[in-house]
Parts: sequence; C-alpha cells; structure tokens
Amino acid sequence: MRRCEMISVGAGPAGLAAAIEAARNGVEVLVFDENDRAGGQLFKQIHKFFGSEEHHAKERGFNIGYGFLEEAEKLGVVVSLSSAAMGIYENRTMNVLIRGRIEQVRAEKILIATGASENMIPFPGWTLPGIIGAGAAQTIANIHGIKPGENLLMVGSGNVGLVVAYQMLQAGCQVSAIIDAAPRIGGYEVHAAKVARYGVPFFMSHTITEAAGGKWVESATISQVDKEWKPIPGTEKKFELDTVCIAVGLNPMTQLLDMLGCKMVPVPSLGGRVPAHDLGQETSIPGIYVAGDTSGIEEASTAIIEGRIAGLAIARSLGYIDDSSFLEQRDRQLKSMVGLRSGSHGEARKIAKEYINAVMKG
Amino acid sequence: MRIDDHPILGTFEKGRKVSFVFDDEAMEGFEGEPIAVALRSNGVKIHRYTKRRNEPRGIFCAIGRCTDCIMVVDGTPNVRTCVEPLKEGSVIQTQVGAGPDVARN
Amino acid sequence: MSKGMSETGYLSDEELDNGPGIPSEGRRRKGPVAVIECIQDIPCNPCEASCPEGAIQVGEDITNLPHLLEEKCIGCQSCLPPCPGQAIFLVDESSTEGIARVTMPYEFLPLPEKEETVIALDRAGQKLGDATVIRVRKTDKMDHTALVTIEVPKEWSMRNRAFKLKR
Repeated sequence: MRRCEMISVGAGPAGLAAAIEAARNGVEVLVFDENDRAGGQLFKQIHKFFGSEEHHAKERGFNIGYGFLEEAEKLGVVVSLSSAAMGIYENRTMNVLIRGRIEQVRAEKILIATGASENMIPFPGWTLPGIIGAGAAQTIANIHGIKPGENLLMVGSGNVGLVVAYQMLQAGCQVSAIIDAAPRIGGYEVHAAKVARYGVPFFMSHTITEAAGGKWVESATISQVDKEWKPIPGTEKKFELDTVCIAVGLNPMTQLLDMLGCKMVPVPSLGGRVPAHDLGQETSIPGIYVAGDTSGIEEASTAIIEGRIAGLAIARSLGYIDDSSFLEQRDRQLKSMVGLRSGSHGEARKIAKEYINAVMKG
Repeated sequence: MRIDDHPILGTFEKGRKVSFVFDDEAMEGFEGEPIAVALRSNGVKIHRYTKRRNEPRGIFCAIGRCTDCIMVVDGTPNVRTCVEPLKEGSVIQTQVGAGPDVARN
Repeated sequence: MSKGMSETGYLSDEELDNGPGIPSEGRRRKGPVAVIECIQDIPCNPCEASCPEGAIQVGEDITNLPHLLEEKCIGCQSCLPPCPGQAIFLVDESSTEGIARVTMPYEFLPLPEKEETVIALDRAGQKLGDATVIRVRKTDKMDHTALVTIEVPKEWSMRNRAFKLKR
C-alpha cells in the first residue's frame, strides 16, 4: 500500500492549486485524475478571465492551466493520470484504478476536488446522436480540434451556454439560437453581447420541445413557456440543424464524500447537494477536505482560491506552518474571494457559502 | 470537420496519421486521439444501437462519464470511444445492444 | 421602452445612454475615444489597470462599473484587448466628411485585410451596410484579440459593433 501525506482527487484548478500551495510549504502531495490529461475544465476555457490581477484577469484559462502544471512539476507534486478513485474508506484509504490495476493508497489528508457533471433535460428525441452537453462541445472543439457540428442550438443561457456558443462561432460553427426557459439571460451580459452582435438570436421563456431526425438530429423545435413552464401552443419555432448543446447547469460530483458519510447540505443555488465545510475547506470528516465545483458550482477563479485555502489548511494540520501563519494566509485568500462573490451574480453564492460554513459549525 | 487554424489555439498538436477500420470501411485518424474524434472527423455520428428499441446513440459528454459513445474496439465491447486512444490498425465496430460476448482468460 | 439586454442579449438604446462608460457626442467629435459598454456589476477591472492615462475608474470594489473620464482618454486603444467581455470599442467622429471610424476587438479567423469591404453589423447582428477596413492590428501582447478599424457613415458610429466578411 502506497502512503503519502496528501492526496488530491482531481487535477483541475482546485486540486492543482491545493497541491501547489501544500507542496510550497513542504507537504508531500500525490494528485490523481481519471482523465489522461490534467487541468480539469481549465484547458477548455479559451476566453480571458474576469476579476482582477490576483484572479488571473485577462489571462486565458488554458494558459493559467499550463502555469499551474509547470509550478506543480517544479515543486515535485506527483500527478498520476488515468487514475480513477474507485472508493474511499475509513482511515483515509483509497482504491485507485490506474490503467487496469487497482492500487491501494493511504494519506494523512485527502482533498476531494472532483468537479461537477452536466445536467440534462429530457425531451422527445433527446437521445439522438448530435445532442451533446455544452462541455462536450468545448472538449471536442478546444481539446480535440474538430467541430462538433455545423449548426447548433444552445439550450441554456447561463455563462456556460453563452461562452460555449461564442467558442462554437470561433470554431467555425453556426449558432441558430440560444434559448432558456427563464425569462432573463442567466449569464453575464457581455458574454451575451459577444454572440448577439454576430446575429445569434436569444429566445427567453422558451424550452426545447422536440428534436427530430432519422439517425441523428436534423431539426429542433422550441416553444414559448408560460409562468408554469408549460409550452404555449402555437408558439413553436423549428430550426434545421445537426447539433443541440445542453447547458442547463452543473451538479457537484460528491460520490466519494457520500461514501464517507460527510454531512451534506442541499443548496440549489450551488447546484445541488454539497458538503458542509469550514473556512479551511475541511468537511465534517476530519482530514477530508473539499474545494472547487464539488463544494458548490462557482467559477475557476473561486475554485483556485478554495484550493489554495485547502492546501494551506492541510499544511497547517500536518504541522508545516503554524496557526498564525495559516490564518494570515487564509484570510488573505478569503479577502481575495470577497470580490468574486459579490455583485448581482456573486451575492447569492456568498450567502450560500456562509450558510454551508454555518451548518458546519452546527 | 477538423479545425485547421483556430483563432485562439492555433493548430492542434496531433500524433502521426494512422489507418483504422470502422465497420469494414478503411479510415484515417491521428494516433492517440480519442476514437470518437477520429470517427467524427470521418463523418461518423452513430456509435451504437440500443438493445430493445434499436435506437442510434452517439457522443454525449465526451469525457468518459456517460457511456453513450461505447463501441466494440478490437473485439472488446463497451469501450468508451470518447476517451479511448486511437491506435494504428484499430478495428472499430458499431455496437449493437450489449455487443459480442468476450471470452475471459 | 425597448426590450433590455437581459432578454435580447444586447443593450437597448436606453441602457446604453445611461452607461457610465459612454463618451459624449462632443468628446467623440474631438477625436478617438473609448466606448465602454459594460453595465453589469461583474467583479472585473483589467480595463482600469490597462489605461496609461487613468481615464477609466473602477475603484477598490471591483464590481463597480467602469467610469470613463472622457477628457483624459487619448484614444490609445490599450483598454480594448484586455477586456474579457470584449465590451470596449474605440470611436472617432472627428472627420468633417460625414464618416466615422469604429475599432472593435475581433477573435476570429480569417482576419480581414486593409481596404477590404466588409459588412458592418449592429449590436443585434443586423446588417447596417458595407464598410471599408482601415486597419488591422494583432500583436503578441494582445493575446489573440485583434483590433479592426472600419470606416462607416457617421450615423452608424454608436450602432456598429461587429462586422462580417463578405468572402
């Protein structure tokens, strides 16, 4: 059985930021990621980030990712790819499936930074080839370099839907429309403006009522909805296309935390059931930490800060930094987070996180 | 389908060009890229047919989580083609239902 | 009252007029000036950080809207590439010949060429008409955000925010 001081399950922005922070303070860190490349969602983000300089503003997501990988390597962080955490047990033992073999590992401290998975909405024809998650469109275009299709409908107007629609234009696809059952666009106005100015129409208060085609999707029909989300007859609009992207929200992947029996809290504004955690990102199970989308759907910038806090907390609990140094650094990170969790988009997340911290306190 | 020059990412680094077979048809792709990507670049959208209703299925999540893209690869069924890397000479087949029984050694 | 940005995806005339980043007509006629079409309280300030003249004010609370101090703006275009929302443009209405020049961020390929005729679009992506490309700038520092300047009839100066290639 392999032993180490800290394991990070997930090599996305939260997992890597935590590994870097911990390793900087002397912790021996092992990172597992089930994918064959590190970076989580970061490498698909080809747009420039918001925030201020400390939040990597105006840097493109994938460049931030490369920076993290370089730094992690310099610090001696071991990143084991194609390594899926199958289970996590008492005494912080884990079974990890690494290229067909199961390895047992045990750590003093474990960070769960497994991110989130995409939601789906069912509608007639939803299983037809060509209907893909918005994240899938990003992966196909930005990681693998092919167009997901020629002409797509984007279902969902949160930042994921808006950003991916623009990225699809950049990949050379046509975007027939962006729709949302809600009456108002969910994401940033500037993201919407970027696609509106190229003629992409928005249909708010609309839902997709059907996708049709022989062997793959060839058309999609949308309808306006009333206040009870029911389609209004006579308002149907049909689009000829070959792809439908679904961007209707993300759901934290908390399976490992559920296995451990972590205290979970239902928080719709953060995407679903999330683990209670304190200001040091520690869950109700001592030695188990959480950061990034697993602890609530936010952004890469908040995932990075939460990861750093977790890394610092782990370094402190292993005795590599003292209490006052930890508190000082943690508070600096928390202060940096304040800006990101403010404004009309961020306020709800700030309140949700305060609630989670409070639940943790009991 | 291939993006030759992306406005932000430029050109995509790929492995060497390799030949593979899909349902008796010879095709080309790049070594190491996901099989699903190589198929997509050749215009293939259907990966399998469901057992009960014989309905077509293809890529959904593209990161190996949903299993909608599974196919028979070199005789082995249920391979997640969106993460499985393409090799020279791979034999890819549309999976029907649960696919062929594979003898266990 | 026209439909607002939260339904259409683009700013209505009313929303635009009230924006703190929008220069006055008087200032636009004096020479090139930034037009900051950012009216949501997103935590963000690369525009302020990029301005060498201190003509953009966001302040310590980075959710503040960027305010344009139009008299300080020298039209240097430094703020256009760093804006993550591609919400900043440059407008020059100083010509006496009924034309204006609009500079906008552009992150597509192929790039237009100088003197090429393109189709000017408004915020809703509707065609305004033909326009001539005056200048295309793309340096490493801009990190893949090219700046394209096109010449349009003056009446379009505060409507034209994108273009389409004819080819």
